[in-house]
Amino acid sequence: MTEAAQKSLVQVEHLKVRFVSRDMDVSVVNDVSFNLERGEALCLLGESGSGKTVTLRSLIRLFPRTARIGGRIHIDGIDVLNLPERRLRQVRGSLVSMIFQEPMTALDPVFTVGEQIAETIVYHEDVSQADAMKRALELMELVQVPSAKRRLNAYPHELSGGLRQRAMIALALACRPKLLLADEPTTALDATVQIQILLLLRELQRELQMATIFVTHDLGVACEVADRIAVMYAGRFVETGTAVDVMTSPSHPYTEGLLHSTVHAGRRGQRLDPIPGSPPDLTDLPAGCAFSPRCTYVQDICLAAPPEFRTRRQDHWVRCVRQPELANSEAPSLANGP
Amino acid sequence: MAVYILRRVIYTIPIAIGVSIVCFLLIHIAPGDPLSAVMPEGASAAIIAQIREAYGFDRPLPVQYLKWLGHVVTGDFGMSITTRRPVLGEVLPAVANTMILASTAVLFGFVTGCVLGIIAGYTAGSLTDRAVTAVAVTGVSIPHYWLGMVLVVIFAVNLGVLPATGMGSGGSGNFALDWASLRSLILPAITLSVIPAGIIARSVRATIAEVRKHEFVQTLYAKGLPGSRVFVHVVKNAMPTVLAIMGLQLAQLLGGSILVETVFAWPGTGFLMNSAIFNRDLPILQGTILTLAMFFIVINLLVDIAQTAFDPRIKRS
Ligand SMILES: Nc1ncnc2c1ncn2[C@@H]1O[C@H](COP(=O)(O)OP(=O)(O)O)[C@@H](O)[C@H]1O
Ligand SMILES: [Mg+2]
Repeated sequence: MTEAAQKSLVQVEHLKVRFVSRDMDVSVVNDVSFNLERGEALCLLGESGSGKTVTLRSLIRLFPRTARIGGRIHIDGIDVLNLPERRLRQVRGSLVSMIFQEPMTALDPVFTVGEQIAETIVYHEDVSQADAMKRALELMELVQVPSAKRRLNAYPHELSGGLRQRAMIALALACRPKLLLADEPTTALDATVQIQILLLLRELQRELQMATIFVTHDLGVACEVADRIAVMYAGRFVETGTAVDVMTSPSHPYTEGLLHSTVHAGRRGQRLDPIPGSPPDLTDLPAGCAFSPRCTYVQDICLAAPPEFRTRRQDHWVRCVRQPELANSEAPSLANGP
Repeated sequence: MAVYILRRVIYTIPIAIGVSIVCFLLIHIAPGDPLSAVMPEGASAAIIAQIREAYGFDRPLPVQYLKWLGHVVTGDFGMSITTRRPVLGEVLPAVANTMILASTAVLFGFVTGCVLGIIAGYTAGSLTDRAVTAVAVTGVSIPHYWLGMVLVVIFAVNLGVLPATGMGSGGSGNFALDWASLRSLILPAITLSVIPAGIIARSVRATIAEVRKHEFVQTLYAKGLPGSRVFVHVVKNAMPTVLAIMGLQLAQLLGGSILVETVFAWPGTGFLMNSAIFNRDLPILQGTILTLAMFFIVINLLVDIAQTAFDPRIKRS
């Protein structure tokens, strides 16, 4: 246990996820590996369909029966992929909990918010319903829901989107998880509410020393909350590094494309350049680099085999064959745009 | 909540009045002269006019309706033309008999329907699901009087284990809570339960499968809840839809089935209406239809109220 405590909180090695059914066999996550320290915030960045949600759900094996998961996942010393169902349920919602994208649909419409929070507490801890409700109230106050007491007895449809997402966060924090998984927690909200929720999450994450994995396709969100960023493309990590490194010197042509195609603080007033081409078809990936069909730097070598990770600098990795040349000769264009 | 219920109750009043008008007009829109059954053969025009006056048929329709309504609310539904006894005295026992049959059929049908529907809903898309759906579709499509006759042939004629027709011990028409009476109930109840079972199986399956696709189910699993607890959430979400369907089926069964009650000689409302139609006994027909229509209205009201107990969103709209 002490050994586990010294190691990283989360260790993911060679994670692979396939969905197999009678009329489909598709690999959506390919050989993803990463570590996450206690209290650290990692952001998974990428276009929709790149496998962010699936990677996140792997950590609590929240999949339909068609999913086949390979590789190794350890969280706080627990081997998640080989855990029996009953033990897995003890991990879910307690050691690891999850926030979903749509606060509109992620809460059960026919139970009150308080009942739903208390339910989690009662299931994981040996407490009475009354005590659980008291804890639920404290949690609603923790996530800064105004008139928390009244909102506790409200049904989800009686709350605004922002309040609902706060309730969802309260639910996720109910059993003081060490790892919080947040799948695009602000995408469905209005811009002003998004910022409030992000600030709240960042504050709670630091206050509670909770490791967090954020999924987003929004660079602004990533900058705001992440210690580290991992960029995903077609089920692979193509670039990982500290948030500062990835944002200031993006080294994969796809990351560079992402930075140029979205609005964010660093590029105010500049032109937006969408990444050419269309997102990859996971059932028909090229033999080489999955990004090669859309890459402006593509060469023959890119088409031969999927590139391995190369070190850009310490703790900054890139899956791009041309990385050393690009980093040296074309660094200004990569870092600052054409 | 109390306000909502009160409002719902008030809404039913115009519906009830509308239904009573239709029932009243039934006598007048039915083909033939409603008085032909009581007219003496070869009556002169003067006598006909006299009888029409005696029955109040010479007054304007609205006046006739109000007079009739005044009688009805005091329980006076008129006299049966065939038996010359008060209509209410004929209708009430028939309603009671149909209720015995219907509630048993409801029990069979709803339990089978729910069990099948839940299994199929939880295995949506699988072979089990398709098998259950096939059974349900068959159940809905089989003509139930035909099924009734087949069951009679098998269990009464060939095996001789159950009585073929009649209610109560030896078809006496007196129902008691004894084995002989219960035996007479089995075949008609099963026959009647097949269609509701099929309909409920299909709607439960569709609703459960639909609810299980909602994202909140993922949240429940992500909270670490066991499948049994998630099931409670799924059922509570499915309840309003399923209740509405059950209410319709219940109302339909309580209405009695002319065909099934006739096949099994079960002295319920269906049986009563069948003979009333043959004897052109319009007062009986009118009284039965009015009573059943009121049942429909009350059951609909109860279903509406029960739905709000499960879904907090309904109260608002
Ligand atoms: N249950 C599933 N069955 C089949 N394919 C799935 C399933 N869940 C996700 N996928 C596929 O996996 C790919 C990655 O999905 P996802 O992780 O949700 O992307 P992201 O979250 O990055 O937008 C998509 O192509 C999606 O269609
Ligand atoms: Mg996603």
